[in-house]
Amino acid sequence: MKKFSLLIIAVMLLLSACGNAGNTKGASSNSVASAAEQEKGNNKSTGGGEEKPVELSFYFPVAVGGPITGFIDKLAADFHEENPSITVKPIYAGSYQDTMTKVVTAVQGGNSPDLAVLLSTELYSLLEMNALEELTPRFSQDYFNGFYEAFMSNTKSGDQIWSVPFQRSTIVMYYNKDMFKAANLDPEKAPANWNELKEYAQKLTVKDGAGTVSQWGLEIPSTGYQYWMLQALSLQTGTNIVSNDGKEVYFNKPEVKEALQFYADLGRKDKVMPEGILEWATVPSDFISGKTAMMFHTTGNLSKVKSDAKFDFGVAYLPANKNYGSPTGGGNLYVFKDIPEERKAAAVKFIEFLTQPERVAQWSIDTGYVGTTKAAYETELLKDYVAGFPQAAVARDQMEYASSELSTYQNGQVTKLFNDNIQSALLGEMTPEEALEKSQQQADEILKKYRK
Amino acid sequence: MTRHLLQAFRRYSWKDNILAYALLFPSLIFLVIFTFYPMIKVLDWSFYESVMNVRHFVGLELYGQVLRDEVFLKVLRNNVLLALVTVPVSILLALYMAVWVNGKLRGRSLIRAAFFYPTLIPMIAIANIWLFIYTPDYGLLDKFLGLFGVDGPSWLGNPSWVLISMMGMLIWKEAGYFMIFFLAGLQSLPKEVYQAAELDGAGPIRKFRTITLPLVMPTTLFVLIIATTNSFKLVDHLYIMTKGGPNNASNLLLYHIYETAFSFWDMGKASVLTVILLVILLVISIFYYGYLDKRIHY
Repeated sequence: MKKFSLLIIAVMLLLSACGNAGNTKGASSNSVASAAEQEKGNNKSTGGGEEKPVELSFYFPVAVGGPITGFIDKLAADFHEENPSITVKPIYAGSYQDTMTKVVTAVQGGNSPDLAVLLSTELYSLLEMNALEELTPRFSQDYFNGFYEAFMSNTKSGDQIWSVPFQRSTIVMYYNKDMFKAANLDPEKAPANWNELKEYAQKLTVKDGAGTVSQWGLEIPSTGYQYWMLQALSLQTGTNIVSNDGKEVYFNKPEVKEALQFYADLGRKDKVMPEGILEWATVPSDFISGKTAMMFHTTGNLSKVKSDAKFDFGVAYLPANKNYGSPTGGGNLYVFKDIPEERKAAAVKFIEFLTQPERVAQWSIDTGYVGTTKAAYETELLKDYVAGFPQAAVARDQMEYASSELSTYQNGQVTKLFNDNIQSALLGEMTPEEALEKSQQQADEILKKYRK
Repeated sequence: MTRHLLQAFRRYSWKDNILAYALLFPSLIFLVIFTFYPMIKVLDWSFYESVMNVRHFVGLELYGQVLRDEVFLKVLRNNVLLALVTVPVSILLALYMAVWVNGKLRGRSLIRAAFFYPTLIPMIAIANIWLFIYTPDYGLLDKFLGLFGVDGPSWLGNPSWVLISMMGMLIWKEAGYFMIFFLAGLQSLPKEVYQAAELDGAGPIRKFRTITLPLVMPTTLFVLIIATTNSFKLVDHLYIMTKGGPNNASNLLLYHIYETAFSFWDMGKASVLTVILLVILLVISIFYYGYLDKRIHY
């Protein structure tokens, strides 16, 4: 009897397993059918011209603090109100890296999303997968001219435009005004060039009786984004490290060597920065807790520093060597190729909606990202905000000197090898010269197949 | 030989075992879909160069490339070092803790809970906590060392310290988990043997060496397998703490696979690395089950 009931259970389990399999099969064939129907419907609607409800899937990452998903949901809802025929379905996809992973998997599975926010530097990876819809013909030239040039340069490969700037950042210098006063420095005047930077940092480095440092002059992070920091220093010395077609890098130029030498010396020779590797996420807490008097960091942390710092702080341009300079960073809006035309049109409409001056202004205030268009800074909303919090305007003013971020074919690999070599130079395992020659050689090896 | 096998095959009573197969069938489906099929697929992919949407057959060339790659060699060395240190240390520690809390002791369950506690916290949370512990100057560890006037190095920023720091954290996390196995093993040991030993006047060390240790060997083998394979599988903390840096000094094989696959999109190389990892894990299990197992008395 017992055996018999066991047998029945086993059979039932089997049946239910089969049943499930059958169901999923049924579901997938259904979805194929409905996709086919949709396709038909699309043809009809393009022929007839009447409006049909469109649903857009919109993948986005969250990379800074704050209730970002709430803001995005609200934007999607507002858009639906203005355009009842279009529903945007925001899909929170994790970090930038996670979002990219999901998008690529979806694209390769032939199930491409309609719209996504991804790092501006992923451009060439996405192009290589042939995943993107070109946006040059979809907007007017005037529309693109409304954005800051430095943000636009990461949307282009040559003259073709493939994305629209959305949540963009740049590097600025944060400094502790109270510590400036304590060191007899003018708290309203941040160091403007490298010599001043070193001089100030020396004055701001405080040692106790035993010779251990209790307060550092400066911190420049060196994990994850050290390529970004070195790129800033190179731009200040007068060169960018990447061409605008993603096929050439200039890691071994003399200007870059000078920049890396400076970066390494701050910790190893001048002793105004902690020696070794400085964790990206720890540097802002070091600044907030008063362990360092100045730091280089992304504007994305402005809101966090503003709410957590218990002292008066200033934000300034990154000091110049030959000129001011900083790379941009952050994410752009991409439209995908492998979707029906009407959804492409709807996605373009949504992008237009997101980049209206008022919305860009509100987005910048909510998140701390730099407003992407000049018009956004003309709105009352952002004017008032900047008047009450002048630190927010520094990043905008610095845009004049900003350039595109390092972005190449095989971007992940090139960035990684460059990052590794920079770290070994900062640790003193290699000279800056060796590290950069090696980076150039390895990058050339990877990029040579794209230069035909 | 073949005839012998054939006979065995015929004699095998399929009828009697049909229920067993029916019961195994559902889990077998999952094993095939999520374990065996991907393993075969990854082996297949490892012969193709596939980056983005380029894909063509290159035979064993990728294996050659990977084996010459200095990053891979460094990562492998890190992983082997990590296993060689964390496995014995955490097992010894676990056994010590288990023997300790197995005895009659005040507040025994509290201590057991305290030892087991690290296992209950997710790896990601642990990584965040230890990131703070290892923060230079105002981190917990440096504050503590500061009491004795010791100036700690940059735990996660210095290439010669970062792997050691990781080992410390992993031992802390793993030892409590293994303790549970040993504790279960110890509790099932027969009391009579110990009573007899006591009558013969054996001291605690003698009892441990000649009775406890041989009797918990089956548990030890099991824990050894889990510990060794775990040392190749635990990588979540890297994502939070160092991303494998500085200059790959803390990078481990599984994280390197993740990087290769999902930031370089080099599926061919990632497959090769996965095959290598599979072979390593297979060799470890064969060694333990095939060799050590025979030398243990149950």
